[in-house]
Amino acid sequence: MIVRSVSIRTQPRPAGPDHGADRRRRLYSDSALPDRLFHAVARSGGGLVLAVMLLVGGFLLYRAWQALRKAGLGFLTTAQWDPDAGHFGIAAVLTGTVLIATVAVVISVPLAIGTALYIAEYAPVRLRRTLVSVVDLMAAVPSVVYGLWGLFFLQGKVIGLARWLSTYGGWFPLFTVDGADPHDPLATATVYTASTFVAGIVVAMMVTPIICSIIREVFSQAPVGEREGAYALGATRWGMIRSVVLPFATGGMIGGTMLGLGRALGETIGVYLVISPVFAIQPHILQTGTSSVSSLIALRYGEASPFGMSALMAAGLALFLMTLVVNFAASSIVARSRSGATAE
Amino acid sequence: MTTDVTSAAGAAGPGPHAAQPPRPGGAETPRDPAPPPPATTLPRTAGTTGTAPERRRSTGTTRQSDVLALVGAAAAALSTTWLFFTRLAPFSGGLGFVVCAYLLFLAFYALLVSFDEDGPAVRDRIASAIVHSLALLLLVALTFVLVYTLWSGRKALPHLNFLTQDMRKAGPLDPLTVGGIRHAIIGTLIQITIGLVLTVPAGLLCAVFLNEVPGRYARFVRTVVEAMTALPSIVAGLFVYATAILAVGLDKSGLAASLAISVMMLPIIIRASDVVIRLVPGTLREASYALGSPRWRTVWHVVLPTARSGLTTAVILGTARGVGETSPVLLTAGFTAVTNYQPLHNPMVSLPLAAFEFVQSPQPAMIARGFGTASVLVVLVLALFVVARVIGGRGPGELTRSGTHRAVLASRRDQQRFARRAAASTAATATGSTASAAADTVTTSSAAADTVTTGGIAADGPGRTDTAEQDHAHPDQGPAQGVDGS
Repeated sequence: MIVRSVSIRTQPRPAGPDHGADRRRRLYSDSALPDRLFHAVARSGGGLVLAVMLLVGGFLLYRAWQALRKAGLGFLTTAQWDPDAGHFGIAAVLTGTVLIATVAVVISVPLAIGTALYIAEYAPVRLRRTLVSVVDLMAAVPSVVYGLWGLFFLQGKVIGLARWLSTYGGWFPLFTVDGADPHDPLATATVYTASTFVAGIVVAMMVTPIICSIIREVFSQAPVGEREGAYALGATRWGMIRSVVLPFATGGMIGGTMLGLGRALGETIGVYLVISPVFAIQPHILQTGTSSVSSLIALRYGEASPFGMSALMAAGLALFLMTLVVNFAASSIVARSRSGATAE
Repeated sequence: MTTDVTSAAGAAGPGPHAAQPPRPGGAETPRDPAPPPPATTLPRTAGTTGTAPERRRSTGTTRQSDVLALVGAAAAALSTTWLFFTRLAPFSGGLGFVVCAYLLFLAFYALLVSFDEDGPAVRDRIASAIVHSLALLLLVALTFVLVYTLWSGRKALPHLNFLTQDMRKAGPLDPLTVGGIRHAIIGTLIQITIGLVLTVPAGLLCAVFLNEVPGRYARFVRTVVEAMTALPSIVAGLFVYATAILAVGLDKSGLAASLAISVMMLPIIIRASDVVIRLVPGTLREASYALGSPRWRTVWHVVLPTARSGLTTAVILGTARGVGETSPVLLTAGFTAVTNYQPLHNPMVSLPLAAFEFVQSPQPAMIARGFGTASVLVVLVLALFVVARVIGGRGPGELTRSGTHRAVLASRRDQQRFARRAAASTAATATGSTASAAADTVTTSSAAADTVTTGGIAADGPGRTDTAEQDHAHPDQGPAQGVDGS
């Protein structure tokens, strides 16, 4: 055995000694069958993920085709949802989804950036690891828990703030509330509940830990040399953060925010529990009644006829495509920025 | 502190002055036989006699005036706001009070700091205060959500029947002493087990692929995995509904629910394991390649065992996510009030779905049950996280004490075995000179194997020995092929 191997080793040498320059050598000794098998199996593992994603898109499109063909372009402009009568479209639910996600992102980004800065720059080193895992834990808390909190606690407490905002900010179109009279002490407060604003706060609680952990990761990768350079030039800590950490992390911050936006667009249970669904375009974020694509699906899947199911699949496809676009944009921004950190 | 700094700066200042007198007199060698070694000269002023011991300097950056400014600003803000809310203006409301007090606090704090600092320092203090309060606000809010859930669950949880019965006999008006969530607990366990059986091999395989077969394809797959992480959970539910239930014809059942959960868990496990596997030291891999082991052996015996702790964490984190998924289960599992052990037939309820359905009812007892279920879920997720933290506290290749001990023992056994074999082979073929050369090779590779082993590969004790035996049964093949390929 050994002798043979030695002969193999020596034989090729005389065959081509004057090839001159070295040929490029393989770095691994994986020409044997088991290794080729390993290669193939590993590639199939990657292919599995691709297959699942393609299947998700493909099957949704296949099931949605019937409804999409019937609705045509009206699918994007109709606000009602009555598939069995032939009037259905995602104009209202899409508006609601985008508004809820926007409110959520507007609330969560300052919180996430502040917390990320605290963990990465201000917190004592001993506390840092604990804080990181607390934030990670918060990202894994089931959405039904946040939904319960929003439904039973937040719903009643947010009325005061919503009334104040609509009274003094009512000139701003988004903050208008129809049917509310701030000078009437007996006016019912229910016009302020179950609104886009409440749903946005609940979703903000869910996405803030996710955004925070991405941004913190990017902050902690800011180069030490530049930090010390800033300190050596006499910068205060905030001066150092403004001149080194924040410019370094700009791409990561935008990307993390967009990843959070992608999550916020797809959030179902928290929104479903809090809102009262309406199927008309509702731009007033403080007023009761809103809708989102995912809560529409959760609401209507039970009683849907086969055609109604196809229409719901079409709505799901729209949501899928929207989150996919947002996420690809986010990861390309994160990857192209100087920070270049992968998320999470 | 400030005075210390100026005195230190002063010490640097008079340095040249102190050094000046000896320089012109440098020619006078008898008075100064050797030039003095370069050293810092402390100024001797009249006040400080050189005999007093130097005081230990504080390196902390907090000063008394900082603390006083903070406390003073807080007190001033609180009292001013109180004055406004109760005496001067018709303001009311707890939230308004807090916001006003906070804004006033920032203003007072800036004013107080500006008495003895300049502009940049004031901005630094304000920014620091804002960052601290934002972090505090978020952590308090998130903790409050958890505490609120647990606190509201206190009504249902003390009843033992809540954990041991299902809802078969409990009507909507029955008190909390009847009925429970046994069916949901069992359903969650079955669904997550099936989910893990499906996702752990697939997820680890894909993570290994991303790291061991790098290239353009792997980069593309990584991007897709990232996009899949944010797949809306309701879309995952719709997908499984469209495939497993409509196309394949499965019932609304536990299996369909596990498939939906798997779609959600897979990308999370892949990404967490990808990060961990990337951290495996390249030197360990190279040591394994240098011994001539093929890539699959390197992955199986070096990469995966080294990253074991992190991989376990990844799987546990994926489990924590999967346990809490509601919306995919909502579409695929159906709803039932009885315990169902069969994942293939009939609806099966999981914990988040049960909580979701309970709180849809207007009955206080049902809402209490909903919060109780959510509390059980929160406790489960918390426990999973604590376990993950305990296991995942170590980096890749870092061993516990007992792990190190086992590795050393295994390595010692290997060494003895190689020595025995070397002795046997020399005795058997003492005539041929090639055999002794081969024995040499074996000894060298055994020494190298020892190095790798103590690096943390052979932590799984006796199981490793026979594979190692196999590994070194043909010590000639690896290098030979390596040369072959070149």
